[in-house]
Amino acid sequence: MVEPILSVRGLRTQFVGPEGVVRAVDGVDFDVFEGRTLGVVGESGCGKSVTARSILRIVDRPGRVVGGSVMLRKADGSTVDLAGLTEEAMRDIRGPEIALVFQEPMASFSQHYTIGNQIMEGVRLHMGLDKHAARKRAIELLDMVGVPQPSRRIDEYPFQLSGGLRQRVMIAMALACDPRVLIADEPTTALDVTTQAQILDLLRQLQAERGLAIILITHDMGVIAEMAHDVSVMYLGRAVETGSVSDIFDRPQHPYTKALLRSIPTVMAKPRTRLPTIVGSIPHPFDRPAGCAFNPRCADMIAGVCDIAEPPPTNTGTRQVRCFLHGGRP
Amino acid sequence: MIAFVTRRLLLGLLTTWLISVLSFAIIQLPPGDFVDAYIAQLASSGSAVSAEEARSLRELYGLGQPFYVQYGKWIARVVVGDFGESMEWRRPVIEVIGDRIWLTLALSFAALIVTWTLALPIGIYSAVRQYSFADYIFTFFGFIGIAVPNFLLALVIMYFAFTMLGASVGGLFSAEMTLAPWGWEKAWDLIKHLPLPAVILALAGTAQLVRIMRANLLDELRKPYVVTARAKGLSEMRTVLKYPVRAALNPFASNLAYQFPQLISGGIIISIVLGLPTVGPLLVKSLVAKDMFLAGTIVLLLGVLTVIGTFISDLVLMWVEPRLRHQLD
Repeated sequence: MVEPILSVRGLRTQFVGPEGVVRAVDGVDFDVFEGRTLGVVGESGCGKSVTARSILRIVDRPGRVVGGSVMLRKADGSTVDLAGLTEEAMRDIRGPEIALVFQEPMASFSQHYTIGNQIMEGVRLHMGLDKHAARKRAIELLDMVGVPQPSRRIDEYPFQLSGGLRQRVMIAMALACDPRVLIADEPTTALDVTTQAQILDLLRQLQAERGLAIILITHDMGVIAEMAHDVSVMYLGRAVETGSVSDIFDRPQHPYTKALLRSIPTVMAKPRTRLPTIVGSIPHPFDRPAGCAFNPRCADMIAGVCDIAEPPPTNTGTRQVRCFLHGGRP
Repeated sequence: MIAFVTRRLLLGLLTTWLISVLSFAIIQLPPGDFVDAYIAQLASSGSAVSAEEARSLRELYGLGQPFYVQYGKWIARVVVGDFGESMEWRRPVIEVIGDRIWLTLALSFAALIVTWTLALPIGIYSAVRQYSFADYIFTFFGFIGIAVPNFLLALVIMYFAFTMLGASVGGLFSAEMTLAPWGWEKAWDLIKHLPLPAVILALAGTAQLVRIMRANLLDELRKPYVVTARAKGLSEMRTVLKYPVRAALNPFASNLAYQFPQLISGGIIISIVLGLPTVGPLLVKSLVAKDMFLAGTIVLLLGVLTVIGTFISDLVLMWVEPRLRHQLD
């Protein structure tokens, strides 16, 4: 069995506000392997992005990681728990070990510095290169991600680039310090479909070249099917079903996963038929239902069971499900 | 970019011209022509003007002719540095104003520096440590600074300086230096006297700017690019100073434009209270005495300074904001 490069267990992040506590991430488990892509999928507000930020411990206040472990296997084979590191040691993880690619390339760049400046910053900080060498590396990185005329583009500002180019530059910036894990938080959501395909191709190619482990966060099942090896379906801060993509797409077990897969539009569908949707909407975070969080929207809800107890994670082979239909019934 | 600067420059010139028309209108404001006023004023002080002298004065300023002719004659003299004669002081206006314009500039500039050096760090601290004890303290004093009129503060500080330190804080020079010719000693004397009025003058503006900086930075701190910077492994200090603070600086640059005239007009009352030899008290005195050439000249000079200040602030804004710079290309 291959050892995972990043192993997340029981990760919990809370936002404490005057109105109450929001448990944005509430017990997430998953493993990420070298050269493989883990897709994290779920509706808006289910805690995908907070999970990504929690791994790097850059959750905005008042958010706080309150529990769980994030075990990272370093290049030399030793493992560290990121949850226990000092802030200073954590800074050496961000960039050289784990890097992030963000959803909105426009807003995620500062408009006050050239892209070269913003790429070189991490390179100089973590790799100790001087200005000249850092610039050379930045140009190589831009070239690698397919930015045309990199030696000219390096001195441009983010607002001078197109959306697709900006996302390429964002990827170059993330890869600047040779990270081994790349977390891509909805990297293609803000882009049109053709650019989307190009960016996904680029990620796949970079993964093949460097053996990157990728965590791909998205709400798009199509992107998961195309990109990911494994998938983790999240609902209200929990991973409700985790397993290999082919397995889960062929035989989804959790009712939420089934509903998500049903609601993907296909060209095969009869014209003018309604797309199945999931009844209801995500409950307000302060108003979390008792028992299984999905029970009010679930078609297969077992009264007296699902609305009382929380289903424990049940493992069958490589798959983990949290649903009473598939075991763990009290 | 050059087109932008040129356009700003031309607009500045246009504004200056409008200010000059306005200044001249002020000179013309009192009923009757000013030679009448001049004669009356001289008569009241016991001396007389001959009819010959009066006629040559009327000739000189084109009195009795249309406004634009009069304006033309006046502006032609102004351009070569002749601002006319102060009736009250019976000396050329330029001599009466003398050093005062430079002292006003020095005071305003000092106040601006105080404003920035105080407002910038306090604003940053208040935003980064929002709702901390220190933030509340700064907010409290900030509102006092905004609410209390400057001159009252000046009086209070003078009172305490006098009763507790036994120091007289009025003026920009020591008594023995006031009439001394310019030199290193006098300049040093000025530098020693400058901080207190500068601080008093700066306080209201500082309080305002702290609020602006705090609000802006709070906005910027929540933007995604801050998370990007953190994700690169930058220290929190470096993240904050390099990215959000930089973005929050723009209002500082544009603020320069209206801070400057505010400092000069706000400075008038303080100058009177503290007895500072700036143009402010002179302007008030000239208006009370209907010394129109002096008043008009001061209004003109202050207007021109404001235009220059605005122009500089435009340049600064262009320098700190790359988007603006590139938009113009």
